Amino acid sequence: MPDITREEVAHLADLARIDLSDAELDHLAPQLAVILDSVKSINEVAADDVPPTSHALPLTNVFRADVVRPGLTAEEALAGAPEVEQQRFSVPRILGEEA
Amino acid sequence: MSSDLTRRTAAELADALAAGETTSVEITSAYLDRIAAVDGDVHAFLHVDAEGALAAAREADERRAAGSVRSALDGVPVAVKDVLTTKGLPTTCGSKILEGWVPPYDATVVARLREAGLPILGKTNMDEFAMGSSTEHSAYGPTHNPWDLDRIPGGSGGGSAAAVAAFEAPLAIGTDTGGSIRQPGAVTGTVGVKPTFGGVSRFGLVAMANSLDQAGPVTRTVLDSALLHEVIGGYDPQDSTSIDQPLPALVAAARQGASGDMSGVRVGVIKELGGDGYQAGVRARFDEAVQLLVEAGAEVVEVSCPSFVHALAAYYLIMPSEASSNLAKFDAMRYGLRVLPDGVENPSAEEVMRATRDAGFGDEVKRRIILGTYALSSGYYDAYYGQAQKVRTLISRDFAAAFEQADVLVSPTAPTTAFRIGEKLDDPVSMYLNDIATIPANLAGVPGISLPSGLADEDGLPAGFQILAPALADDRLYRVGAALETLLTTRWGGPLLAQAPELKEVSA
Repeated sequence: MPDITREEVAHLADLARIDLSDAELDHLAPQLAVILDSVKSINEVAADDVPPTSHALPLTNVFRADVVRPGLTAEEALAGAPEVEQQRFSVPRILGEEA
Repeated sequence: MSSDLTRRTAAELADALAAGETTSVEITSAYLDRIAAVDGDVHAFLHVDAEGALAAAREADERRAAGSVRSALDGVPVAVKDVLTTKGLPTTCGSKILEGWVPPYDATVVARLREAGLPILGKTNMDEFAMGSSTEHSAYGPTHNPWDLDRIPGGSGGGSAAAVAAFEAPLAIGTDTGGSIRQPGAVTGTVGVKPTFGGVSRFGLVAMANSLDQAGPVTRTVLDSALLHEVIGGYDPQDSTSIDQPLPALVAAARQGASGDMSGVRVGVIKELGGDGYQAGVRARFDEAVQLLVEAGAEVVEVSCPSFVHALAAYYLIMPSEASSNLAKFDAMRYGLRVLPDGVENPSAEEVMRATRDAGFGDEVKRRIILGTYALSSGYYDAYYGQAQKVRTLISRDFAAAFEQADVLVSPTAPTTAFRIGEKLDDPVSMYLNDIATIPANLAGVPGISLPSGLADEDGLPAGFQILAPALADDRLYRVGAALETLLTTRWGGPLLAQAPELKEVSA
């Protein structure tokens, strides 16, 4: 199993949408390598014929009756928004500047 | 009178209310006074709602005067871990990313507390997004263990456990993903219960790992946990993993157990959870407690759960994988923190997201998100997440085999007593080992309780005794837990918390 490099951590942070500073990368990358080393034994444990478990108790899909019921008002839903405009969430631009 | 009230158990307070000896306003005021007097040192609370709690207490008193009591705990106050949404009260999850957020809805657990008439004293401190075993990862500063203020109260629910241990609340709600109710219980000399997965609704519980998270009671006695569990538990259509069947009779089981009679009960000691790596004083108190159960008539056998040695590794792959996905919702768009990147003109939503998540999340949250992103990425998925899910199957099989031989399984709750604040903060693997005995129950979904087993000889600090039962058989935790509690408190001549040092009270 490969060790995790500083570059990989930077790439993963990018995938996870977290800006890590150089100082944070220096701090976190070696810790992540140690954590991964401590869990690598998992690879040798279970044989191919062991089925995976995603939830401890068996789950079946749950449906509710298709009837209207009270939900949040627009005002309530927007109450925690960083920025609101015309009863909507106001967000930074989502397209490139040239678009 | 007022300090007397804070020393009583929730069951005693409920009796005193029923007998007309006191009022909910008197009780709630006494706890608010205690919080004002000691929480500067303990820091169990992130937010105290004196006004709301007293208003709820007045309503409880009016109901009682009118003869319409809502539940056994109507009027008995409670503290709530800051990971459950509370309408009109801040909910931060111990994170800067949610600083100042006031949810527009109540978690089902919170709604049930309100419906049952329990005044909510406030929100308790926790490791950020429940990630940690010491409450040091709270963005708002650590909680201190009432037994020794230089030590950790466990985590992630250190605030709830410390609040109860410091007599700042008779009852509290915690959540347990890998031990966050039980391990804080162990190191603060209190009682904590992780119900069967699906036994208590997760609606409004801000998810860390949704296949593992479970809310439950944090109290000073086993009976109090049973009373609180009956208030918050049971089917909720708002949670797709909620179990659609009635709870077992938990309070009745606790009352039955309190006789101390264990005849006919088969107790399995888990071979793999003990021995090396467990502090001598923790082991000594555990062995004595098992001996007490034997003397009370229990049949004790040793059981082996060989796959448990891989539980920690499986947990530290499954939990971060689920967490990295769950925490993607903190994107600075609809609620919570929004930080604009430095020196970027007209930043894009993605740039804002990156800057916000860097500023809003602490180190442990970043570690787990990155670890989870790694374990789920293509090329590693089979080797990590897929394997961990198979280990989960093996652990469930170990439990099934063990419960063929025993009605309940037992172990020490945590390998050590409370360590010093700062000691393990930058050593994640050593921190993770605190949960080694509690994690298997989360992976298999089975219920568990921790109750105090005594004080370790080396340091005079509390140790915990864990009891595990098969899924849906939460009543067994209360039967056996109450029996052991009776046997131990008889031996000690009173509750263990009576031996805790007095905290310095400052006048409000």
